[in-house]
Amino acid sequence: MSDDEKRASDDVELAKSQDDVEQAPLEPGAVPPPSIHFASRFDGLSGIIAPLITTLLAFLMGGLVVALTGKNPLKVYHAIFNGTGLNWFFHVGNYSARIPFSTQHMWFPWDTASVAAQNLQQTLLQTTPIILTGLAVAFAFRCGLFNIGGQGQYFAGTIFAVWLGSSFLNMSPWLHVPLVLVVGALAGAVWAGIAGILKATVGAHEVISTIMLNWTAIWVAEYLLGQGGPMQGSQPSIPISHDIAEGAKLPVIWGLKLLQGLSIGIFIAIAMLVVYWIIINRTTLGFEVRSVGFNPEAARYSGISVARSYFIAMAISGSFAGLAGALDITGWEYHLGQSDIPVNAIGFIGLAAALLGRNTALGVGMASLLFGALINGTSGRQLDPSIFRPDLAGNLTTIIQGLVILFVGLNLGGVWIWLKRRRRA
Amino acid sequence: MAEAPLLELRGITKRFPGVLANDNVNFDLGSGEVHALLGENGAGKSTLMNILYGLYTPDEGEILLRGKPIELGSTRAAIEHGIGMVHQHFMLIPVMTVAENIVLATEPRHAGVLLDYDAARKRVRELSERYGLLVDPDARVDRISVGQQQRVEILKALYRGAEILILDEPTAVLTPQESKELFEILESLRSQGKSIIFISHKLNEVLEVADRITTLRRGVVVDTIPAAGATEESLARMMVGREVLLRVEKKAGHPGEPLLQVEDLNVIDDRGLEMVRGVSFEVRGGEILGLAGVDANGQSELIDAIAGLRPVQSGRIVVDGHDLTHAKAKEALDTGIGHIPEDRHRRGLVLPFTLTENLALHAYRQPPNSKRGFLNLSAMTARARKLLKEFDVRGGTPTTPAGALSGGNQQKVVLAREIDGDPKVLIAAQPTRGLDVGAIEFVHGRLLEQRDAGRAIFLVSLELEEILSLSDRILVIYEGQIAGEFPPTATEEELGLAMTGGRRRGEEAA
Repeated sequence: MSDDEKRASDDVELAKSQDDVEQAPLEPGAVPPPSIHFASRFDGLSGIIAPLITTLLAFLMGGLVVALTGKNPLKVYHAIFNGTGLNWFFHVGNYSARIPFSTQHMWFPWDTASVAAQNLQQTLLQTTPIILTGLAVAFAFRCGLFNIGGQGQYFAGTIFAVWLGSSFLNMSPWLHVPLVLVVGALAGAVWAGIAGILKATVGAHEVISTIMLNWTAIWVAEYLLGQGGPMQGSQPSIPISHDIAEGAKLPVIWGLKLLQGLSIGIFIAIAMLVVYWIIINRTTLGFEVRSVGFNPEAARYSGISVARSYFIAMAISGSFAGLAGALDITGWEYHLGQSDIPVNAIGFIGLAAALLGRNTALGVGMASLLFGALINGTSGRQLDPSIFRPDLAGNLTTIIQGLVILFVGLNLGGVWIWLKRRRRA
Repeated sequence: MAEAPLLELRGITKRFPGVLANDNVNFDLGSGEVHALLGENGAGKSTLMNILYGLYTPDEGEILLRGKPIELGSTRAAIEHGIGMVHQHFMLIPVMTVAENIVLATEPRHAGVLLDYDAARKRVRELSERYGLLVDPDARVDRISVGQQQRVEILKALYRGAEILILDEPTAVLTPQESKELFEILESLRSQGKSIIFISHKLNEVLEVADRITTLRRGVVVDTIPAAGATEESLARMMVGREVLLRVEKKAGHPGEPLLQVEDLNVIDDRGLEMVRGVSFEVRGGEILGLAGVDANGQSELIDAIAGLRPVQSGRIVVDGHDLTHAKAKEALDTGIGHIPEDRHRRGLVLPFTLTENLALHAYRQPPNSKRGFLNLSAMTARARKLLKEFDVRGGTPTTPAGALSGGNQQKVVLAREIDGDPKVLIAAQPTRGLDVGAIEFVHGRLLEQRDAGRAIFLVSLELEEILSLSDRILVIYEGQIAGEFPPTATEEELGLAMTGGRRRGEEAA
C-alpha cells in the first residue's frame, strides 16, 4: 500500500469511527433548526452556488427594470453582452496574431483585430483595477477587517504614479515602470496602514477611519490637480496633470496604444490573484491573518499579535488598491484630471467584487470580470442607443451591482463576521 | 398505576439527513413527578424534548396528554397544552425588567395597547412567592445573575400556565450553590403538583432530583429505572454502554523540581479591579496542583497572567528558571507553558478552521510545519493525522472544521495540541466543562499520564469532585487570595467552607 493509499484508508477509518460516537450535528443546543439545515446545504456547495444565484437574481431584477422602460430585456442583455466583447470567443476561425514584443505572426483561432476584440480589450482594461481593489477588500476581510477605503488607497496609488511617472523623463522603462508600480502600491499601503495603526493602537474602527481617509484622499487629489494646484499640467486653464513619460507606460500587447489597447496590466492583476492565494493559504502570515479574522481571542491565546496582524493586513490590503491606481495610470490613462476624481468609483466596485467572490482568489477574479464586462458593455461607446439608451444602461449596471451587494449581504459570512465583531465589542 | 400517565410519548422516531436521532422512543411522565432524561452529548435528548416542545415534528410516533393524542405543530401549541421549556441558553431580553420578560407576549394591558406594569409586577410577585422563586420583578435582566435569569425562565413558563416543565441541562451554567437552590425550587414545584422533565448528563444530579430516570444512548432508550436503588456506576454503564471509571485510579505522585513558581502576584481585570491579590504558590514537576474556588474569584485572571495573556501588576512568575512575569503569550508558549483554556470555543479553537489548522495553532511557526514563512501543508496534515489517532478524536478527519465536532472531541483536539507542544507546565482550566462521562474519563486519564511524565499540572476547576480526585495538593482561592492549602484527603465540606470565605485551615472555629 502506498503512503497515499494508507493515508486515505486512515481517513476512512477515522470517518467510520463516527458511528461509535455521537453524531456531531446532534449536540444539545446545537441541533440545527430545519431552516438552518437548508441554509447549510446552500453554503456547502463550495460557495459557488450562492454567488451564481445572487448574480442571476440581480440580472433578473435588472431585466424587470428594463422591461418597465418598455424595452425587451433579452435584447438589451444581448446587446450589452456583445458590447463587452465576450462574444469574441464564439467566433472561431482561421486568423493570425502578432506574437507580443515581436513582429512575428502566428496562427490563432480568433480574429485579434475585430470589433469584438477591441471591446474585449476594454473589458479587460476595466477588469484590471477591479481585481486589485477587490483583493484589497478581500485581504482585509480575511483578517476580520472591513476595508471600505479602497477608493482612497487607489487615489493614493494614482497620484504617486502620475507624479513619479511624469518625473524622470529619460529613465529606462525597465526601471521606470517597476518604480512607478512599487511606489503606487506603497502609497496605497501607507494610506491603508494609517487605518491599520489606528485600529491596532487605539481600536479606532476601520470602517470609520477608511471612509474618512477616502474623503481626505479625494480632496487632496482635487487640490493637487485643480486650478493652480502643484500637479496641474502645462495648460493653465485645464485642471489636468502632465502626461507620464513614455518610459513609464506599460507595454500594450493587444490593440493599439492610441486606441487604448490592452496593456500587460491585466497579467499583473492576475499574478496578484495568485499572490493573494499563496499569502492567504500557504504562508504563516496568511495563517495568522485568518486566525485573527475568525477568532481574534483564540489567535491572541496562540501567541499571535492581533494588533500587528491588523496593521499588516491593512497595509497589504492597501497595496493592492494602490497598485490598481498605478496600473490604471501606467496602463491607459497616462494622466489624471480633476474631473476624473469624483466620477471614479473603482474602489467600491472592488467591494462588490470581493463580496460576490467570497474573498477567494478565483471568486474575486470571476466577479471582477463580471463587473468589468458590465461597466464596459453598458458604456455609451459600446451600447447601441437604438436598443437601449447607454445613460440608462449605465444605471442598470449600478442597479445590478447594488442588488448583488444586497443579496450577498443576506447570506455572506463577511457581513456576518462584521456583525459578530460588533456584537462582541 | 392504572390511570394513564400525564404525558406519554409513544414510538417516537426522528430522522435527520444521515442520522437517526430518535429511534422508537417511549417515555412517560406522571403527575407531580421529576423524570430525568439522561444521556451523553448527542444521544438524542434535546431532539426528543424539542419534539415535545413543538419545535420538531416526529417522523413516527404519537404524543398523548392525559391519555389523549395531541398534535404539537408549534411551540405555541405546546404552551397551550401546558408544556413549558427552559432552554440551556436563555431566551430573555437583557434590557427589559424581570417582570416585562415574564409577561412578554401575553402581557396584561391598559386599554388593549399599553402595558399594565403594576399588574404584571403583582402577578410575577404572586408566582415567585408561591413557588419560592425569589427574584426582583423590577431588576433588569442583564443585571441579575445567571441563576436568577434561570428562575425568570422558569417563572415565564409557569406564567404561561405550564404544568409540565422541561429543563434542558439546567445546571450547566450554574455554580454548585445555585444548583442546590435550583433543586430546592424543583422540589417545591413538584410538591405543588408540577411535573418536570430534567435533562442532564451529570449522574449525581440526576440521582439527587429525579424520581425515575430514562437513559438514552444513540437515540434509543436503554432503560427507565427508579432513581432509588440506582448508583452512579450503573447509570454510567447504561449511558456509555461500557464500564466507566468514575473514580480516578491514581498512584502516588513523585514530585520533582518546582517548574512553576508564582510569587506575591497581583493582577487586575479589565475593569481595573484587583482580582488576584498577593498569590504565591509553586507547582512541581510530576504533581497536580488543584485550585478550587467559586467562579469569578480571580482564577481566570491568575491563569491569564501565567499564560501571558494579561499584564501583571506586581509579583513574579517563574517557569523552569525563566522569568515570565512580563512575557507575552508567545514567549510563555515557547518557554514551555501549555494551556487548556476554560472556554474552548472562545479561545481554545478557531471553529471554522480545519482540525489540521487548529492542531497547528501554536506549532505553525516551527519546522517542519513551516519554513521561511511558508506553510508545509503535508507536514501539518501528517501531524494532525497522527495526533487525531493518538488522542482518539472521533467524527473528523484532518480537513473537518473544528466546529463540526462534538464537545468531547473538540476538547481532545485542544488537549492533543497542548500536550504535543511538550510543555513543562500544563494549565488545565475547567478541562472537563460540558463533557460527558466518557470524555471526562479520557481527559482525566491524560492529565494523570502527563503528571507521571514529569510535567507540572496546574488544574483549575469549579468541580470539587474533579479537584479532589486528581490533585496531589489543593489550594483554595477566595476573593483573589489563597484561602488555604489542603491535602487530597480533605472533604468537600472543608473546601467548601474555605471557598466561601469561612475559617482557614488550622484556625479556631469562630
